[in-house]
Amino acid sequence: MKSPIERKVIAVEAPWLLLEEVINRGSTTFPKEDLKTAYDCIQCGECVGGCPSGRRTGWHVRSTIRKMQLGLREELLNSDEIWLCTTCYTCQERCPRQLMITDLVRTIRNIAFEQGHAKDSHLKIAKNMLELGHTVPPTEEMKKMRERLGLNALPPTALQFPEALSEVKKLAEATGFSNKVSKAK
Amino acid sequence: MKSYAYFLGCLTPLRYPGIEATTKISMKQLGVELLDMKGATCCPAPGVFGSFDLQYWLSVAARNLVIAQDMGVDIAVTCNGCYGTLQEASHLLEDEDRRKRVNDLLGKIGKSYAGKTKVKHVNEVISGDVGFENLKNKMVKPLKGLRVVAHYGCHYLKPRKVRGHGIFEQYHFIDDLAKLLGAEAIEYKDKGMCCGAGGGVRSGELDVALDFTLEKIKNIANVKADCIVNPCAFCHLQLDRGQIELRDRGLLKDTIPVVFVTQLLGLALGLPPKNLGLYDNLTQPTYLEKLGLGG
Repeated sequence: MKSPIERKVIAVEAPWLLLEEVINRGSTTFPKEDLKTAYDCIQCGECVGGCPSGRRTGWHVRSTIRKMQLGLREELLNSDEIWLCTTCYTCQERCPRQLMITDLVRTIRNIAFEQGHAKDSHLKIAKNMLELGHTVPPTEEMKKMRERLGLNALPPTALQFPEALSEVKKLAEATGFSNKVSKAK
Repeated sequence: MKSYAYFLGCLTPLRYPGIEATTKISMKQLGVELLDMKGATCCPAPGVFGSFDLQYWLSVAARNLVIAQDMGVDIAVTCNGCYGTLQEASHLLEDEDRRKRVNDLLGKIGKSYAGKTKVKHVNEVISGDVGFENLKNKMVKPLKGLRVVAHYGCHYLKPRKVRGHGIFEQYHFIDDLAKLLGAEAIEYKDKGMCCGAGGGVRSGELDVALDFTLEKIKNIANVKADCIVNPCAFCHLQLDRGQIELRDRGLLKDTIPVVFVTQLLGLALGLPPKNLGLYDNLTQPTYLEKLGLGG
């Protein structure tokens, strides 16, 4: 954690740099004008008041927004706090300045993930997706349960269609996702 | 007969196939046909893949939309996560520029998305396509005396700007459905609260996720509910398996049975509990006895 003076220096020397990076990154997917609300936070704390994660952890979602505005890049990207959000959107629903808080958090995580800050358990899910097309593998117990319920042992998904799996692998390569996953290992 | 492409996702077919079975048979009984989506994958999960790589997330979601597009039908889902991703992707890809960028990626696998496929949650299929009047006529086993609480989960209702179902604290479809089916729908403290599973928190910080669940369960226990009805495979897993995990950790004594919305529906349609996968939920269906369906 940086001292208040060091933080001030970063904020003065590099104003809005991280925030602009987040807006640009996020705008590949979300409407840019929605993300630009990130400038408008007045630190009122409505988001923290509604946050179910903040009730039981040390995370304050408004600090995440403030750190992004101040450009405290490494402090934010290295932190565990950004991974405490369940993406429940309560903050985003209640924000009086209409910040797209949850989408901003997801975008900040995109940058952190690219920098190799993913948790091992998250990489496991990513690898399952790349290898199976699903977040979890089919187990023998589940196959039996499916048959007992009158279903096929395997669902009609990529688990039954290898060409489907190769298609999502191609998308993982084209977007650079598979690279990010192997780099984070 | 109205037809939908049934998007299964991951947890419905691979962890709670009871949800898949019960949804298929109850919808068929109500005149809605659910078709297989051959070669579908994970939606991909909004809180994890949306957090790892938004472009990958959106392009894989678009590929799943294309499967339904090529079948000539809209999509129905039984998971708020799948709804979260696919409904949002469908919304985002109404924009022509964004759709063009995604189609450049889809072109690499010989696919193209036209931007017209709609995504409906099974809640919307029940309320919109089946309708309460029709349902009332087909009900054979009113769920008399059953005290039900609803858990709606997050991604079906939020962000409301995208989902369009109004303010999440005021939504009451499952409560209305339970009442129609003859049960009593009970309010409880902090009903709109998240189950704790989403956003990679269950996989990354299980103790934090379970602490969410414990708070919910305590609030539900206070109103003496017989079961928790929910519309999301991931919330279902978190509330069902989560209670067993809390019990194993010595943090919870009595579990409250968890029921998927179409499992509740199936009971009222007179379908046998074992065909609905009710015994495959880890929290055992103690409420069946109250309905005279035990044993």
